[in-house]
Amino acid sequence: MTETASAVRSIRRRHPWRIQLAMHAASILVAAIFLAPLVWTVLVTFKSKAEAGLPPLPPWPVGGWSIENYRTLENFGAGLIHHTLNSLIVASATAALTIVVSTLAGYGFSRFRFPMKGAFFVVILAAMMVPFQSILTPLFLILSRLHLYNTLTGLVLIYVTLQLPFSVFMMRNAFDSVPHEIAEAARIDGARGLKLLVIVLGPLVLPGIASVGLIAFLNAWNEFLGALIFLSEQDKYTLPVLMTAVRSGRFGAIDWGAVQAGVAVMMLPCLALFLVLQRYYIRGLTAGAVK
Amino acid sequence: MSGSQTDDVPKGPTSPARRVRRRRRVDYAGYLYIAPAILLVVVFFVVPLVMTAWMSLHNWPLIGRIRWIGFGNYIALWNDQRFWHALGFTVYYTVWATIGLLAVGLALALFVEKPRPGIGFYRTAYFLPVVVGFASASLLWAWLSNVDSGLFSPVAQWLGLTAAPYNLLADFDAAFWSVTIMVIWKVSGFYMIILMSGLQAIPTDFYEAARIDGANYRQRFLHITLPLIRRSLVLALILSVTGSMLAFDQFYIILAGGPQNQTLTAVYWIFNQSFVSFRLGYGSALSMVLLAILLVLSLVQLQFLQSREDRR
Repeated sequence: MTETASAVRSIRRRHPWRIQLAMHAASILVAAIFLAPLVWTVLVTFKSKAEAGLPPLPPWPVGGWSIENYRTLENFGAGLIHHTLNSLIVASATAALTIVVSTLAGYGFSRFRFPMKGAFFVVILAAMMVPFQSILTPLFLILSRLHLYNTLTGLVLIYVTLQLPFSVFMMRNAFDSVPHEIAEAARIDGARGLKLLVIVLGPLVLPGIASVGLIAFLNAWNEFLGALIFLSEQDKYTLPVLMTAVRSGRFGAIDWGAVQAGVAVMMLPCLALFLVLQRYYIRGLTAGAVK
Repeated sequence: MSGSQTDDVPKGPTSPARRVRRRRRVDYAGYLYIAPAILLVVVFFVVPLVMTAWMSLHNWPLIGRIRWIGFGNYIALWNDQRFWHALGFTVYYTVWATIGLLAVGLALALFVEKPRPGIGFYRTAYFLPVVVGFASASLLWAWLSNVDSGLFSPVAQWLGLTAAPYNLLADFDAAFWSVTIMVIWKVSGFYMIILMSGLQAIPTDFYEAARIDGANYRQRFLHITLPLIRRSLVLALILSVTGSMLAFDQFYIILAGGPQNQTLTAVYWIFNQSFVSFRLGYGSALSMVLLAILLVLSLVQLQFLQSREDRR
């Protein structure tokens, strides 16, 4: 009995090359399925306009590579560059503000003792349980009242609020895991309050800040429903809203090459950021999921 | 959740020797640090929440007189066949999407759980669609499913599945599965990660012991793997259900609710009532119903987290 068991085990451990090869083949096949749509789209964007309207077989340009589709996007709305900037401003501002607000709050919740602390923390976390899709109508009225309707600022403030439950939770945990002795030693050396936070503790919670900022950036960059409702003027559109308008034919017959060029512009920054900062993304994701 | 901080309340005057205690004194400066977060949450979350309840009791057009109508909106909602149809469709979608996501997510997790050469690359590849936005993925899929310029119709024809070009998006079942498969393609990597962390927490000794006792793969999977990743599975289930109940982007972008408004989801219906017809009061009443449904789901989640804390 034990003999056969150990024999089985040693087979499993060593994996003869045939099994290894089969595993790799299967893995690559699955990878191809997951990556194909992404690769396909990016390749198609480099076809000429006429060719992009035909079924994408093969996906790569047959009649020569061209950036015509990206140029066409300049004719929609206020132009590709303008709308990319809108998206970039919204996403960067959301990331920056989320980092500042959640770091301050995480520090406050982790290192101070004050009445009602638990209650305030629960209120912030509760925002996670109420889907923002169910408070759209009042948000619309509040933004109008604050003169923030149809402004990127208003959109950023809402995105930051959406990020707060997860981010504050994450930053509080980051500060909790910094040994108290470090803060104590810095305090004795005369660092207090904000100075203590920025100079001494800041570098120690940097991984948390990276996760919070990265996830805020990507979520704001990709968000659609809020941008669709809270922006009314074409000039203000972020990329997802602009591209949906292009796809629905608001600018004339649907130009699939242009739509896919827009998709590539939306997609590639996400993929690049993820590949570079993978560690922080996964950390944030698992922390967020277990919240 | 913040219990770790409150259990060491200083009793009486703190002795100077125990410096750690000093930090525990009430320090109102803490309010300054949490103030920006609290302000945002109050203005953009607490106030809107209260307003939703308040608005749902009014006839609230965008322009014109706002009128108190009590539970009028709720009575209208009770008789609103199209809302119930949208809710029914959302549940139908949630069931299939959740089954698909958990099944594919678990299969992927089992597949990439163990370290082997190249595993980092494979995990990353399966996860990549997750970081692409829902709007991008939907636009991409809208193109692939398009009958004239897309990929699926010519491939189906080439494989001999259909004789003529087939418009996937014109028929309910085909359109529904096209969107659902898109969601499974895009999100299953996320569930792979959640379930993988559950799998990796199972001590290998368990499998060794079972193997020595002669348990085959199926038995080991049913009696060791599944029970031990139960918590990850429940977590994945909750995330998938709450996420799918709020589906909007993919049905708006790919199908625009069609064919024949059969794929309008609950959020889509709220969006139409509130921001196309501008019946803000009625939209709020619909939101309250959706909110109630999701709160129940969240309470289930809390219940689950609670029991997990207890066992620790």
